[in-house]
Amino acid sequence: MIVAQRKTIPDLLAIVEKHRKLLVLGCGTCVTVCLAGGQREVSIISSALRMAAKLKGLPLEVEEGTIERQCDNVFLEQAADTIKNHDAVLSLGCGAGVQALAERYSGKPVYAGLDTAFIGILEERGVWAEKCAACGACMLHLYGGICPVTRCAKHMLNGPCSGSREDHCEVDSARPCAWQLIYERLKSIGQLDELKKTKPPKNWRPSLAGGCRTIVREDHRV
Amino acid sequence: METETFQPKIVAFCCHYCAYSSADLAGSMRIQYPPNVRIIRTPCTGRLETEYFMKALETGADGVLVAGCLEGGCHFVEGNLCARRRVNYTRDLLVEIGIEKDRIRMVNISAAMARPLADTIADMVETVRKLGPNPIKRNGSSKSENPS
Ligand code: SF4
Ligand code: SF4
Repeated sequence: MIVAQRKTIPDLLAIVEKHRKLLVLGCGTCVTVCLAGGQREVSIISSALRMAAKLKGLPLEVEEGTIERQCDNVFLEQAADTIKNHDAVLSLGCGAGVQALAERYSGKPVYAGLDTAFIGILEERGVWAEKCAACGACMLHLYGGICPVTRCAKHMLNGPCSGSREDHCEVDSARPCAWQLIYERLKSIGQLDELKKTKPPKNWRPSLAGGCRTIVREDHRV
Repeated sequence: METETFQPKIVAFCCHYCAYSSADLAGSMRIQYPPNVRIIRTPCTGRLETEYFMKALETGADGVLVAGCLEGGCHFVEGNLCARRRVNYTRDLLVEIGIEKDRIRMVNISAAMARPLADTIADMVETVRKLGPNPIKRNGSSKSENPS
């Protein structure tokens, strides 16, 4: 899922304080699961903004709403009437949701209430960890399912940097060395031979090298 | 002078298994506690979300007291520990907003602790009395709507 976290209340207030009628719009998908932008966070952040605005004497009215998915036009339609009645929208969706809103409602200011951080998983209660950098050409099959692009601080693709200490990364000693994990994993599935194959330099063209990416599926177009 | 006469409104979220029972016991034992608290019974403090605390303060409470079981004594194992974390989160949020964080407090009370509960409430009332009225009330009442 996409993992995000909220901006601080002073930062949010600075973004929206020029408006009078603000809609705080949550998203019911990834950011609900990572506890950053679902219905509950909409309620908390809206209350906080109303209180902060009141303390500053600002005439800011804040209303709350949440739709199932902000990155999907079908769901965006459902918020059309509510959005029309507001001067601006503070989206608690990920960066994609914010931009989908802005594209769909061209005359309406739409702001990001969250900092979208990464693609990751819930590792334990209250802890999310990055697992994929969406490089566009997945190599997980070569590394036992552990991504060196994301999880090795130096993105080493042909073995460790030799700086690890007690199985932990030299860049951040709180983090396990990705290459230690790759070695152990390949060993446990009987594929250590993979490490003997030299991987050529990674092709970064499918990544962000040429700007944002588009995928077209002719078989699904109308 | 105003702070001496000011009667704060405190919302007290009390766990059914401990603090609420101790408030009951205080009644039976005729132990008095300040009438400033409005007690809300909750099945477990672990049921309480940050938004409840925020709504209480936004709609005019001067303080919020969250009273759960003694640590290790939660009927649902760790609901009171979850509640403490949420109270701490709310305290940080209040600082971001510009409101004194001491307007919300978590305490641990067993069902037999009628006297300590009364003392705790008195102490909370005193703390909030010193802080004065909830600052958001100085600029009129709050409004909250949910269109969807
Ligand atoms: S190799 Fe690329 S696509 Fe695969 S997990 Fe790593 S970053 Fe993601
Ligand atoms: S110690 Fe391991 S994870 Fe850290 S940079 Fe070196 S190889 Fe990568």
